[in-house]
Amino acid sequence: MNFPSLVAIRQAISEGQTTCLDLVNFHLNEINKQENLNVFLEVFGEEAQERAKSIDEKIKSNSAGKLAGLVIAIKDNICYKGHNVSASSKILENFESLFSSTAVERLLAEDAIIIGRTNCDEFAMGSSNENSAYGSVKNPINPNKTPGGSSGGSAAAVAANLCQVALGSDTGGSIRQPAAFTGTVGLKPTYGRVSRHGLIAYASSFDIIGPIAKSVSDAAIVLEVMSGGDNYDSTCTKREVPAYSALLNSTKTKRIGYLKDALENPGMDPEVVTLFQAKIDKLKAQGYTVEPIEFPYLDFLVPIYYLLTTAEASSNLARFDGIHSGFRSKNAQDLESTYKLSRTEGFGLEVQRRIMLGTFVLSSGFYDAYFAKAQKARRFVRDKTLSFFHDYDMLLSPTSPHTAFDLNLDYQDPTVLYLEDIFTVQANIAGIPAISVPMGIHSNGLPTGIQIMANRFEEAEMLAFSEVLMNI
Amino acid sequence: MKISKEEVEKLAHLSRLQLDETAVTSMQKDMNKMLSFVEKINELDLEGVEPLAYMSDEVNVLRADEIKQEITHEEALKNAPDKDTDYFRVPKVLR
Repeated sequence: MNFPSLVAIRQAISEGQTTCLDLVNFHLNEINKQENLNVFLEVFGEEAQERAKSIDEKIKSNSAGKLAGLVIAIKDNICYKGHNVSASSKILENFESLFSSTAVERLLAEDAIIIGRTNCDEFAMGSSNENSAYGSVKNPINPNKTPGGSSGGSAAAVAANLCQVALGSDTGGSIRQPAAFTGTVGLKPTYGRVSRHGLIAYASSFDIIGPIAKSVSDAAIVLEVMSGGDNYDSTCTKREVPAYSALLNSTKTKRIGYLKDALENPGMDPEVVTLFQAKIDKLKAQGYTVEPIEFPYLDFLVPIYYLLTTAEASSNLARFDGIHSGFRSKNAQDLESTYKLSRTEGFGLEVQRRIMLGTFVLSSGFYDAYFAKAQKARRFVRDKTLSFFHDYDMLLSPTSPHTAFDLNLDYQDPTVLYLEDIFTVQANIAGIPAISVPMGIHSNGLPTGIQIMANRFEEAEMLAFSEVLMNI
Repeated sequence: MKISKEEVEKLAHLSRLQLDETAVTSMQKDMNKMLSFVEKINELDLEGVEPLAYMSDEVNVLRADEIKQEITHEEALKNAPDKDTDYFRVPKVLR
């Protein structure tokens, strides 16, 4: 039972071939069988079965919502009322969410079924899912490899058919890189398209929730349901939400630019370049104008990203104090040691490093030289990126310079993994939408991804073009 | 620039982290690698560029100032590691 899309699921349900309950039971069985992948931190099994039964009744009486039949997993940094959420951190172990994120509320209102919460890098900080307090996730395509991160569990869940769609969050590439590593579709919407209410904050001016799916059409319908203004998030736009899933069949895209500098990057796997070139050649053969563009600033992107996101993280993570929620150190003697020991024992090493760097770049005497400078660089990159859309409808690059790498590599330098985000962070720095779709299988047997970036709020056109690109 | 051991200790205090001597040494090493990595941006000419702080173009997002009881007192205390009926409990502050 592996359906390419919700459309196919609905067809099968209407023909009496399956039911929501069958689907839930199938996925629960798969989750059980593939437990060694360490994808789920918690499975909401019985609850999902109960919900499936009631949605099956709704389907019979023709009163079911848009997402009836869709079984969804959520990344463990997205709140769902009455359920635990930990951001894969010890500091939030046994924390129960008091409310649901707006994204989850909207999915539930359209009759989606939530099957469980997926493993991720702690507080979404990482590119290999190895920074989880609950162990790393294995890539279902090759269990010796990482599924990528930080939404590694969500991508692995979709690739292993443990659910139909999974929600991830993307601060610098955390939806798209895992999608590329697992052969799935990963969508990062425009900043502010989806409410961040109920998403555990990492870097608030970068974070966004988005879907990981088997098809562009599933990503489109989930985006359509989650998007739109929200009184609980003042940065979330009130712009009208297009019917993304109904707009996939026609594309106006004609002119495409691709980042020449990305292909010449020293870390590029030559075979990834070949697969990318093949896509470009096919687009040209179909009459698209595809041109190389100069963007000699790639090496600045990840540094800008780390200066700004660590600063925001150091501030966002100040709320974890060992007092109001979650973990408290048993060794604490007084108030100060309650803070210090709870945070030191509760946060993993990478999270501590980022809090420290963020505290440094915001500290008196260094603010202008680091944080303010990075904010200027952000404007520079944002403006430069947006200017490409005067001449081009879409921008292309590989999603990652290579395929999924080995688990348990010994990193002597934390910044080695930071370069994982080299092609993906640009969209977060500029606040634009981007998507990764499968680009082809490498000779090592692993999938690769191609990234499409579009102008702000051009998700409809980006999704329609993704459908074209996936099928040529 | 390079961060000294003393600076790491000061930053750890500001971050409310408790690093022992071994942790300070390895944190110092990591932070210096991270710093030399991010200092790349000094090569950019940013003369005359204004900092970009807000990514949303929503302006003056206002709502009526109405009192709403969204969670109960009991719920607010629910996730506390230590509490009594009414309050979060902390270790003795004044000795």
